[in-house]
Amino acid sequence: MKVDVDMSICLLHGQCVIAAPEVFSFDDDGGLVWVAEVDEAQRADVEAAADACPEQAILLG
Amino acid sequence: MTAPRITIVGASLAGLRTAEAVHAALPAARITLVGDEPLAPYNRPPLSKEAAETLARDTAAREAVFGKLLLRSKLSPAALSLRLGSGAVALEPGGVRLADGALVPGERVIAATGLRPRRLPLPGAEARRHVLRSFDDLVRLAPSLRPGARMVVIGGGFIGCEIAATGRKLGLEATIVEPSPQPMLRALGPRVAAAMAALHRAHGVVLLTGRSVAGFSDEGVILDDGQALAAEVIVEALGSHPNVEWLAGSGADLRDGVLVDDRMIAPGAEGLMAVGDVARFVNPLFGPEARRTEHWCVPGQTAKRVGETLAAEATGTALATRFAPMPSFWSDQHGMRLQAFGAPYLADACRVLEGELSLVGRAPVIVEYLRGGEPVGVLGLGANPAALARARARLDAALTETLTA
Ligand SMILES: Cc1cc2nc3c(=O)[nH]c(=O)nc-3n(C[C@H](O)[C@H](O)[C@H](O)COP(=O)(O)OP(=O)(O)OC[C@H]3O[C@@H](n4cnc5c(N)ncnc54)[C@H](O)[C@@H]3O)c2cc1C
Ligand code: SF4
Repeated sequence: MKVDVDMSICLLHGQCVIAAPEVFSFDDDGGLVWVAEVDEAQRADVEAAADACPEQAILLG
Repeated sequence: MTAPRITIVGASLAGLRTAEAVHAALPAARITLVGDEPLAPYNRPPLSKEAAETLARDTAAREAVFGKLLLRSKLSPAALSLRLGSGAVALEPGGVRLADGALVPGERVIAATGLRPRRLPLPGAEARRHVLRSFDDLVRLAPSLRPGARMVVIGGGFIGCEIAATGRKLGLEATIVEPSPQPMLRALGPRVAAAMAALHRAHGVVLLTGRSVAGFSDEGVILDDGQALAAEVIVEALGSHPNVEWLAGSGADLRDGVLVDDRMIAPGAEGLMAVGDVARFVNPLFGPEARRTEHWCVPGQTAKRVGETLAAEATGTALATRFAPMPSFWSDQHGMRLQAFGAPYLADACRVLEGELSLVGRAPVIVEYLRGGEPVGVLGLGANPAALARARARLDAALTETLTA
């Protein structure tokens, strides 16, 4: 499945990093990076991250 | 077996997330979401922040602002029946009685009715007085957030501090009246609260601490020492009351919210569960006391637990995990992000891990909160997200240890 973050609305809350650390992380400058294509096995984590994002910035496809 | 009917009362974040969790656990369940507000579930945190700013600058932007607040859901409309615009007035055998007289059946009822603002029980200045919990509240408030207007905020908690900061950004004069010695004192502790007070003052907010409001006049508010503060806009931000009146007589423990066990089931009331801001529960990460937590993360966490409980019931198995969610909250004030994990308010001491409290707002600061020498929380003030994530990982490790100890 595809993962995208709308960086025009992401406010770097980091809730996604907590919910799905294998998929979302912060680089050393504090920027958000994520894995754009993940395994079905990670679906639950990625969905939890999308739900936990206070800005609803995470788009799953 | 016939499909169970599950009725969720309160159509906001907790209600919507619970509907999704119920549907995932019991795909055949017939789910009704009842809400007293006529609006589809929407997000509240921006009401004191961006949404207030945007709507104040352009009061015609109402639909655009609401569109941004609207919560997206992965539930198909067919999976959920929404009943908006009439609140629940009583829990009756077999279902929920609404204000319009209808009975919505449900073998299981889930309370997600949240909170409403406390108000000062004093008459006067009604047309100038506001609260901020709902979109309607903001629509009423926004036209008076005009440059040069004088705003008095009663109560220096998070919502009060945020709307004061937003007011400053919009060019209002802003005064906060707070009875305790610092704003956000209970939540952040004396050292960080003092640093936040300095930040507010640096941005031109007048902070009147140790003072309270004794009355209202036609021009504004009157303080306990007789001082009169003229104000075109008065915001009462004194904290909230749980919306539990509709559950009177249900048998549930309704002292400060609805008491639920670690399955989100309310002891004493057949078939009743509770989620979100209105739920009071024990979090074993922080000891044996049941507490209510007014953070955005709680609706999602408690909703997920409802799903786990219903799935376990359906298969006749025991719950596999303990309910020990990590609390988190954020706030935005004067362009600075506060981000907390754990329960800083339980701490008896704090330690600056990074930066300096005297530089709050100008340089990143990370503070660790301790209770009896053990970490209970971490707070970033304008912190680098990567550094905060590392501090949080240490907190996680320390709290997990308490859990297994
Ligand atoms: C202005 C503001 C700013 C905030 N900022 C932040 C922030 O920055 N960070 C953070 O972590 N949290 C913040 N919060 C808190 C967060 O919004 C709440 O934790 C969250 O909204 C709780 O969701 P809930 O669904 O449990 O309750 P609520 O959102 O309160 O929803 C309860 C719903 O139930 C309805 N209802 C009540 N009684 C009845 C009835 N009898 N019948 C039917 N419906 C009923 C209510 O009208 C409401 O729609 C903020 C809250 C506000 C108000
Ligand atoms: S939770 Fe949402 S807003 Fe926060 S960093 Fe992740 S995508 Fe961005």
